[in-house]
Amino acid sequence: MAEDWKNGGFGLYVHWPFCQAKCPYCDFNSHVAREIDETVWIRAYLSEIERVAGETPDRLLNSIFFGGGTPSLMHPDTVAAVIEAARLHWTFANDIEITLEANPGSAEAGRFLGYRDAGVNRVSMGFQAMNDADLKRLGRIHSVNDALSAFDVARSCFDRVSFDLIYARQDQTLQAWESELEKALNLSVDHLSLYQLTVEDGTAFGDRYAAGKLRGLPDDDRAADMYLLTQDICDSYDMPAYEISNHARLGTESRHNLIYWKYGDYAGIGPGAHGRLTLNGKRFATECPKLPAAWIERTSAGNGESVRTQVSPSEQSEEYIMMGLRLAEGLDIDRYTQLSGKPLPNDKLIYLQDLGMVSLSGATMKATRKGQPVLNAIIRELLAD
Amino acid sequence: MTDLAHIRNFSIVAHIDHGKSTLADRLIQETGTVKERDMQAQLLDSMDIERERGITIKANTVRIDYTADNGETYVLNLIDTPGHVDFAYEVSRSMRAVEGSLLVVDSSQGVEAQTLANVYHAMEADHEIVPVLNKIDLPASDCDRVAEQIEDVIGIDASGAIQVSAKTGQGIHETLEAIVHELPAPTGTRDAPLKAMLVDSWYDSYLGVIVLVRIMDGVLKKGERIKMLSNGSVHHVDRIGVFRPEMQVIDELGPGEIGFLTASIKQVRDTRVGDTITHEKKGTTDALPGFKPAQPVVFCGLFPVDSAEFEDLRDAIEKLALNDASFSYEMETSAALGFGFRCGFLGLLHLEVIRDRIEREYDIELITTAPSVVYHIYMRDGTMTELHNPADMPDLTHVDHLEEPRIKATILVPDEYLGDVLKLCQDRRGLQMDLTYAGSRAMAVYDLPLNEVVFDFYDRLKSVTKGYASFDYQMTGYREDNLVKMSVLVNDEPVDALSMMVHRDRAEARGRAMVEKLKDLIPRHMFKIPIQAAIGGKVIARETLSAMRKDVTAKCYGGDATRKRKLLDKQKKGKKKMRQFGKVDIPQEAFISALKMDS
Repeated sequence: MAEDWKNGGFGLYVHWPFCQAKCPYCDFNSHVAREIDETVWIRAYLSEIERVAGETPDRLLNSIFFGGGTPSLMHPDTVAAVIEAARLHWTFANDIEITLEANPGSAEAGRFLGYRDAGVNRVSMGFQAMNDADLKRLGRIHSVNDALSAFDVARSCFDRVSFDLIYARQDQTLQAWESELEKALNLSVDHLSLYQLTVEDGTAFGDRYAAGKLRGLPDDDRAADMYLLTQDICDSYDMPAYEISNHARLGTESRHNLIYWKYGDYAGIGPGAHGRLTLNGKRFATECPKLPAAWIERTSAGNGESVRTQVSPSEQSEEYIMMGLRLAEGLDIDRYTQLSGKPLPNDKLIYLQDLGMVSLSGATMKATRKGQPVLNAIIRELLAD
Repeated sequence: MTDLAHIRNFSIVAHIDHGKSTLADRLIQETGTVKERDMQAQLLDSMDIERERGITIKANTVRIDYTADNGETYVLNLIDTPGHVDFAYEVSRSMRAVEGSLLVVDSSQGVEAQTLANVYHAMEADHEIVPVLNKIDLPASDCDRVAEQIEDVIGIDASGAIQVSAKTGQGIHETLEAIVHELPAPTGTRDAPLKAMLVDSWYDSYLGVIVLVRIMDGVLKKGERIKMLSNGSVHHVDRIGVFRPEMQVIDELGPGEIGFLTASIKQVRDTRVGDTITHEKKGTTDALPGFKPAQPVVFCGLFPVDSAEFEDLRDAIEKLALNDASFSYEMETSAALGFGFRCGFLGLLHLEVIRDRIEREYDIELITTAPSVVYHIYMRDGTMTELHNPADMPDLTHVDHLEEPRIKATILVPDEYLGDVLKLCQDRRGLQMDLTYAGSRAMAVYDLPLNEVVFDFYDRLKSVTKGYASFDYQMTGYREDNLVKMSVLVNDEPVDALSMMVHRDRAEARGRAMVEKLKDLIPRHMFKIPIQAAIGGKVIARETLSAMRKDVTAKCYGGDATRKRKLLDKQKKGKKKMRQFGKVDIPQEAFISALKMDS
């Protein structure tokens, strides 16, 4: 029997942990540093690629993703070196997707050509909002005009361009979001990530929220209305959601992120990067230390990983549900059964179907439009003892 | 053995915080009964709960040797009685074991309701009563006013009241002299058959059950075989002694003396407070008056929060019951709460004490269902059954009528809060029996249904009077009223643990308050949930909890899989703390919070 990860493919995630400034809502592993010696970083990435590739020889690499932090602060030569090393150690798929997350500022746009020459074929830009006042509130250092110019440059350099927007923001009305979204959709964009603002612990927003000072956030009812409105508008622009927060024209879905949601294998290198690797028939969760200096130190000792734990079959089946149900195409119930060793309880499936939360067809289960906004509750119901 | 003329037996009657325990400590200290270095505050209250709450639950006793100013040495036996109405019967027995009382009143506060109830017990027992005005060191102390109040309210002469500061020691010597000269010596006949009163008993893990006794007639010696008159059980006495306050073994106890015996008795249940103890052979057949077996008044269900702890709970309850004859229990199964116990208590304090001890000493988290009183159901066929649990209410077509227990409540309150107190009593279906004034304080006496008191009457009383009211009650009997069972339906299914007996006129208000509370307490689900209160098939209040609209993680990528899985595990544990009812999860706090009424 084929190993389970092959259902999702294999990708490489490269984490660049630095930003020019920390955004108040962001809980990703990012750091602000004054001076960065990129030769040190190239050496570290390359030794990590060599190490992981040694454990996963003969694999076809479907995707590389440069995430962060702000990877568009990397020198194109650094990006090129990483891509070359990956090409050397794995076999690239013919249609390999190589994505780089970019801040939509003028300085970054100047490097886009260099990234293209290095092998990057897709950029994902952090627009976040389409008006300057809200960009300021979100702590962003670019303006809408900066973003639009950067977008034009990106369009001219790359076949595939995506950008992110954050909605359900403070004091945002349904109408304001509708016009903002339409503005975005009218750009020649093939992929959009539309995230509802999530207040995370340990961020500046989290602290302000705890202190009762983050006002004007929508309640659950309005947030749900905004979500449904988003789906309707995007559908009418032929940009349906293929995942809870991601929209694309048919065929331009992010292949890299599909590896996560289809529960494939991925190598994670860089500070705080996570991975899932199937080795000798067992699946492992890997994790690198979050602090850049700690990770660099480890890599120079030969191994950037700080944690490697086996993911048990039943844990794998839970992760598959949590990831797979996010996709519009749904998940394969038989695959779940194979992973967990026991089928999903039929009474729960029928119950959720009767509630209109999921639809069942053959071995495929999908969250319905009604179910998508309450997906966590569906997952709890499915996986509760 | 001490001759009768040199024995004085007494108790101390006081309201909580009026300084009973401190005064007792001082008496013990002054006479050198306990060495200075062994003193710890409130010697007689030995349970943590007693010390924390400033209350006495079990009767305690101490034997003090006192050499009076006249040069003679007396044996003073102090019985420290429970001060709370829940233990009224125990108090009345302790009072019968002594001849006099010190009536201790805080001279900065005055007489409180609880003082009254206990002083009446003392008067019923024909006690000589010595008034003691305590806390005279406080600036607010006003001995003249309080002495006058004692004369007005209680009706005893307070002109010779002893002024004491248990804190500084002032007046302690005078108190000891008053005990010797103003309280009567006990009476009794040494040659008569043994007649002893069982004053209290408790379990000791080394000695078995320790029985506190007062010898009325005859002599009790180690090695003798004794008989309990109530059930004829016979025991071999293996130890006799007194408390100083630690146990001291002696050879015999004679008439008028108070002490303890052990007889390898395994369960406190086998020893009934108020019972008469005599010799197996040639004993008396003449029982002491007033004995009655314990009668639980308030019932509630106790369920473990974690259903896996049911056996631990059973163990805890069995152990506590061994030491508490007045606490009854039987297994109960609730559709909502699973396996637990229906427990009977002497009153609300008793309930709280037992619940606290289970949670604290046995480390079991509990769900407590609504306290319920015992209703008398008269069936059409003429029979009567007791209803301990509203869930067991029989089909109405067979029921002729219901009776509920009533109480006589005495409330003392500064007159500025009187209006609020009267309104509260009125709202709780109270009938005013008396209203008098003593100085700036009013005394209201109400006839109230016990079921209106068991929920939160005392909390409400404290809140409307800013804590200045004192309250006490006694059971008066049963009376017919228009009582109905109100059930609560969540998602169209009845939740047995939330059903309750209410007066028909109060049902709508109760039902409305209940469904509104539940709407806030139950989290949203994937579907909308009707919450209804109903009498029989008729819905009297309804709310709808709308369906959950949004619960989804916006961003979920490679690094989030582990985090989400851990979160899910945490949520699964959280779900275990909920009670599943049909498809609805009800958090455990809902069962308690929903029953607390705001008005």
